[in-house]
Amino acid sequence: MWRDAQDAQLKKREDTTPLLPDPTIYSRRRPGAFDWSTAFIAAVVGIAAGIVYVRDGQAHFLAILGSDLYLFGDMLPKVAAGCLIGTFVTLLLPREMVLRWVGAESGLAGLLIATGAGFILPGGPITIYPIAGALLAVGADAGAAVAFITSWTLLGYTRALVWELPFFGPDFVLWRILVAIPLPILAGILARLVVRAMLARRGAP
Amino acid sequence: MTLAINLFLWGVLAVLVAVAARRGRVVVQQGVRDGALDFMRLLPRIALGVIGSGYLAEMLPREFIAPWIGPESGVMGVVIATLGGALTPGGPVVGFSIGAAALKGGAGAPQVIAYSTAWALYAIHRLLIWEVPLMPARIVWLRAAVSIPLPFIAAAGAMLLGKP
Repeated sequence: MWRDAQDAQLKKREDTTPLLPDPTIYSRRRPGAFDWSTAFIAAVVGIAAGIVYVRDGQAHFLAILGSDLYLFGDMLPKVAAGCLIGTFVTLLLPREMVLRWVGAESGLAGLLIATGAGFILPGGPITIYPIAGALLAVGADAGAAVAFITSWTLLGYTRALVWELPFFGPDFVLWRILVAIPLPILAGILARLVVRAMLARRGAP
Repeated sequence: MTLAINLFLWGVLAVLVAVAARRGRVVVQQGVRDGALDFMRLLPRIALGVIGSGYLAEMLPREFIAPWIGPESGVMGVVIATLGGALTPGGPVVGFSIGAAALKGGAGAPQVIAYSTAWALYAIHRLLIWEVPLMPARIVWLRAAVSIPLPFIAAAGAMLLGKP
C-alpha cells in the first residue's frame, strides 16, 4: 500500500512534465461509469418516485421534479468549476513544499498547516487521498495526515460551496463550518496520542 | 448569492488556468480534459442525488423524524443521527440531500449537523470505496477511530452556539 502511494506519486510527477498519461493511473483515478452504490441509490430513488406518483398523484410528482430540476441546473456551473479547479490544483500543486511543512517533527504548527492545506486545497477524494498517502509515504506524521483529511472533509470551501450550499443555504452552512473549525486539530492530536500509545505498548523507544 | 459564488469559483479557476498557461499550453489542455472527464463522470450521480432527494424527502417518515432526531431529542437524537450518517451510502450529494430533507421534515439543527459530519467523516462505504484503495489501511482505520467523537463535539458546539 505504501509502495502504491509512492508509485502513484512518481507517476503523477511524470504526468505533469511530459504529459503522456499513463493508462494505469487513469484507470485507478477514474472508476467506471457504473458502481454499486450509485445503482443502489438509483433503485431507492426509483421506488420512492414511484410511490410518490401513486400516492400523491401526478401534479405533486411534477412539482417536486420541477423544483429539483431547477436546483440541479443551478448547481451545474458550480460543479463544473469545482471539477476544473480540482484537476488544475492537482496538476500545479507544489508537492515538495507541502511535504516540507508537515513532517513528523512539525508539532502543533504542522497540524495547523495541515488543517489550512485541507481548507485551501479543492478537489474530490480522488485527489485528496493520493496526496495524503504521498505525504505519509515521504514521512509526514499520521496526525498531520488525519488533520489534513478531516479539514478537507469538514472545512473545504469548494465542497461547501458546490455541494452543501444548494441544499442547506448560507446560514446553516456557515454555522456548521464555524462549529467544525477546531475538529481537524483535535483529530490530529488524538491520532498522535493513539500512535504514541501503540508504540509505547510495543516497547518502542 | 448564487451569482457571487459562481463568480468566485470561476475567478479561482481563471487564476489557476493563468498559472498553468505559464507552464505551457499542454498543461492547460490536460487540466481542461481531466476536469471535463470528472464532470461528465459526476453528472449522472449528481442528477440522481439532486432530483432523487425530493422524492426521498417525501418518503422520509415525518412522524418518526421529530421524536427521533427533532430539536427535543437531545443526546439520543445526536447518537441516532451519527449512526445514520455512518450508514448512509452514496456519492457526494446523498448525505446532504437526506440531511436537508430531514431538516425540512422537522429534525433539529444540531442533530442534522451530527448527521452530516458523521457522513462526511466516516460513511462506511466511502472508507471502503475511496480511502482504503488510496491510503495505507491502518491510517484509514486510525482516522476513522479518532473521528468517532467528532460529530458529538460538533453537535455540542451547535447547541452551545444556538441557532444561526
